[in-house]
Amino acid sequence: MTLELSHFNAALVFALCASTVFGISQRNAPRDMFRYGAYCFALFIGGVLLAAWVMWAIKH
Amino acid sequence: MANPQNTATMQRNAKAAQQTNSMAIIAPLAGWLLPGLGHFIQRRWIRGLLLMLAVFTMFFAGLAMQGKVYSFNTGDLLDILGFIGDIGVGALYFVARMMDWGIGNIHRAVADYGTKYIVVAGLLNIIAAVDAHHIAIGKKP
Repeated sequence: MTLELSHFNAALVFALCASTVFGISQRNAPRDMFRYGAYCFALFIGGVLLAAWVMWAIKH
Repeated sequence: MANPQNTATMQRNAKAAQQTNSMAIIAPLAGWLLPGLGHFIQRRWIRGLLLMLAVFTMFFAGLAMQGKVYSFNTGDLLDILGFIGDIGVGALYFVARMMDWGIGNIHRAVADYGTKYIVVAGLLNIIAAVDAHHIAIGKKP
């Protein structure tokens, strides 16, 4: 089986898995885990979008 | 003369401490060997399941993207670090090596993402194993 993911989808899967582990391992209470995981996910995706726009600006 | 009730309590505490000490070694080892197992043996079912899902997804998605699984090497520094990251995933690494999975494909850009996925799966599993250790020593609920 071969998986074909676009750059953005690959970044989404990466961000989701990494945020899950960060959330669980870096906080003590379940509610805090979820919030920290969501925060990490937002930072990952925000970073990806920001980098994409910076590269677009450099090209143009 | 020692109070028998106190002696019994002390013995119970010593036994509990001994169990905690052995769990502090067993939990991270089990967690390294099979992602999430370190949490399962401490009855953290949901956390264990989520960690297992995250690491398995990263690892198998990496393989499905034709990522490379590094073998032991003493060559290029990045290859050595790749091996160290890969071996963090525990038994899955050895299964992948035995089954000849993760040969890699330099002609596909996505395969390079797959290689990184596999390395990061190992690194995330190490974080999960350390978390299991923290639970075992009582640093975390």
